[in-house]
Amino acid sequence: MNKMLFRLVISQFKLFFREPGVVFWSFGFPVLMAWILGIAFANKGEIERNIAVVAENPEEVYLVPEWLLNKTGTASTKYSRESGLEWKVGENHGEQAHFRFLVMSEDAAILALKRGQIALWIEGSPERDLRFRFDPNNTDARLTYLLLESAFRKQKSLNRKTEVLPLTTIGIRYVDFLIPGLMAISIMNACLWGIGWNLIELRIKKLLRRMVATPLKKSVFLLSHGLNRMFISAAELLLLYVFAHFYFDITIQGSLLALSLIFLSGYSAFAGIAVLISSRAENTQSGNGLINSVTLPMFILSGIFFSYHNFPDWLIPYVEVLPLTILTNSLRGVITEGIGLAQAIQPAIGLFGIGGVCFALGLRLYRWH
Amino acid sequence: MKRLFTAADRENSMTIEVRNVCKSFKDVDAVLNVNLRVESGEAVALLGPNGAGKTTLVEMIEGVQTPDSGEILILGKTWQSDESFLRQEIGLALQETRFQDRLTVEETLRLFASFYHLEKERTNEVLKIIQLESKRKTWVVQLSGGQRQRLALGIAILSRPRILILDEPTTGLDPNARRDLWKILEDFKATGTTLILTTHYMEEAEFLCERIVMMDQGKILAEGSLSQLLEKFSEGDLIEYAIDGTFPIERAKALSGVVSSHWKAESGQGLLTVKSISETLPDFLDLIKFSTASLTSLECRRRTLDDLFLAMSGRHLDE
Repeated sequence: MNKMLFRLVISQFKLFFREPGVVFWSFGFPVLMAWILGIAFANKGEIERNIAVVAENPEEVYLVPEWLLNKTGTASTKYSRESGLEWKVGENHGEQAHFRFLVMSEDAAILALKRGQIALWIEGSPERDLRFRFDPNNTDARLTYLLLESAFRKQKSLNRKTEVLPLTTIGIRYVDFLIPGLMAISIMNACLWGIGWNLIELRIKKLLRRMVATPLKKSVFLLSHGLNRMFISAAELLLLYVFAHFYFDITIQGSLLALSLIFLSGYSAFAGIAVLISSRAENTQSGNGLINSVTLPMFILSGIFFSYHNFPDWLIPYVEVLPLTILTNSLRGVITEGIGLAQAIQPAIGLFGIGGVCFALGLRLYRWH
Repeated sequence: MKRLFTAADRENSMTIEVRNVCKSFKDVDAVLNVNLRVESGEAVALLGPNGAGKTTLVEMIEGVQTPDSGEILILGKTWQSDESFLRQEIGLALQETRFQDRLTVEETLRLFASFYHLEKERTNEVLKIIQLESKRKTWVVQLSGGQRQRLALGIAILSRPRILILDEPTTGLDPNARRDLWKILEDFKATGTTLILTTHYMEEAEFLCERIVMMDQGKILAEGSLSQLLEKFSEGDLIEYAIDGTFPIERAKALSGVVSSHWKAESGQGLLTVKSISETLPDFLDLIKFSTASLTSLECRRRTLDDLFLAMSGRHLDE
C-alpha cells in the first residue's frame, strides 16, 4: 500500500510540474501578488486620515478655525484651501497618527463622506463643545475618531467632554457606501466568470472549435455570451437593489437613465476584459489564475469595502483608473449622490473605451481551435 | 504564399484537391508534401496509426489548420477566399467534442441547426437518421459513448453537406456501437455525399470506403481500393502455424507455392507466405503428418491491411 501511495503521490507531482501554466498560477502568481501588494502597502506606516471641519457659520467656511491652528501647532504645518491643514501626532497607540483637516461646508462634507474621501467630520471647537459625526457602523470612521480624540487629549487640546453624533441619515451611512460597490463586484464577476470562464470551458471541451466550424459568425457567438450574461447580471442587480431598498431603505437618488448608462458601460468594460482573458487560456488552472489575477487586485484596491483614499498617495491615481473603481464611483454617484446623465457620460465613455480596447485585443489574440 | 492553382484548375477541380501540402509543429513534421485528390461522391479513408498525420491533414481540409506550404482546393474554392461558402458545404465531426452536458439531444441539434438556418423538421429527420428519437429529451451527459458519437454525426449531417469529414468517429466505441454508426454512415453515403474518414481500424476503412489512403509519419505510403492495395503490394496469403517437436523447415520452404518462410525455432512458431492457400495447405499438412512433429495451432488467412502496413512502415495500424 505504501508503494502504491508513494507512486500515486509521485505521479501527481509529475503531472503538476509538467504543466508550466499550473506551476505559475500556483507558485508564481501568489508570490507576484504578494510582491505587488507588498510594494503598494509597504512603508505605509502612517495612514493619512482626512477629517472635515465643518464651520458652523457659513461665512467661516474655508477659513481655518483659530483653535485648530493653535492646538495643532501652525509652525510645522502648511495650510491651503485645497490641501487643508496637516497634523502629525507622535506615537499614539503604537501608530503614528497623521491627520489632514479639510475645512468645508456641511453639504461638501456630506458629499465627501459619500465618496469615501472622509470618514468623519467635526463641528464646534475643543474649548466649547467638540462634536464628532460619523456612522458607528463604519469601522474605519470609528478608528479615526478614537485616534483623533486620543490625539487631542494627548495634546491637552480638549477642555470639555466630546460628543459623538451618529450619522444615520440615508445616503451617508456605511451601507450606502457599500451597496453600490457590491453591485459593481456583481457586474465584474458576472462578466469575468460568466463570460470568460464559460468561453475557456468551451475551448477545453473543443466545443468552441466545433461551433466555429459552422457558418456561425464569431462575433455573433461572442455577442450571444455577452447578451446572456447581461440579462442575468441585470436581474442580479435588480434583486440586490430590491433587497437593499426594503432592508436598508436605500433609494436611487440620481437618474435611472444615468444608472442604465453606467451599468451598460461597466458591463461592456468587463465583458471586453473577459474576452481578452479567455483569448488564450487552455486549461482550468490558467483560466482560474488569469481571472483571479484581474479580480483580486481590483477587489482589494477599488474601494468596495473601505475607501481607497487611505492608500498611499502615489497609488491613488492608478487605483482611480481601474475599471472597477470607475464603475463603483459612478454607481455611488448615481445611487447616493444623485448625479444625472450629463455627469455619467464621462465615466461611461472611459468604461466603454476600456471594453472596446480589450475586446479588440482579445479578438486579435483569440485561439478558436 | 504562392498560388498553385490556375483558373482552369478551379473550373475542372475535383471535390477536394490537396497539392504539395506541408505542415510542421515545432520540431515535428506532421504532414510532408502530401498530394490527394477526392472525386465527388467518393468515400476515402485515411488509415494510419496515431501520429501518422491523418488528423492534421483533415484539419487543413476542414480549414481548422493552415498549411505551411502547398494549397488545398475544395469544390473549386479555397479557405482564404470562400470560408463562409465552404462552412455551409462541409459537415464534420472532430476526434473529440464534448457537447454541453445539460442540453438535451434535441436542444443541441436545434442549436446547431440554427447556425445553418434550418427548421425544426430537419432536426426531426436527423434524430431519426441517427436513431436517437427516443433520446430527444435526454441530457447529453446521460448519453452513452456511442450515442454521443451518433449525436456528433447528426450535427455533422444536419446541413446535408456535400462533403462529410469524420475524424476517428468510432474510436473508443464497443463493436456494437461501431456497427450502428457504420450502418448510419453507409445509408448516408448513398445520398452521394463525399466522405473523408480518418481511422486506424482497417475494417472500418474497408467497410465504408472505396479508396484507402495509408499514411505514416506525415506521408502517404500507398493508396487504392483494398483489393488494389493487397494485389499491388502483397505477395499472397498467409499460413501461420505452431509446432511441437522437430519440424523439417527446409522441406516446408520447398513446398509448391511457398513465396517465403519465417521460423522461430525457440517458440516453434512459423509463417509461410504462399501464392494460394488451397495450393499449399494440403502438402503442408501432409508434411506434418509424416514428420515426428505435431501441429498445436494453425491459421490460414488472407493478407490484411495491417500486414501490408507492417511491411511498409514497420508499425502496426493500432500502435
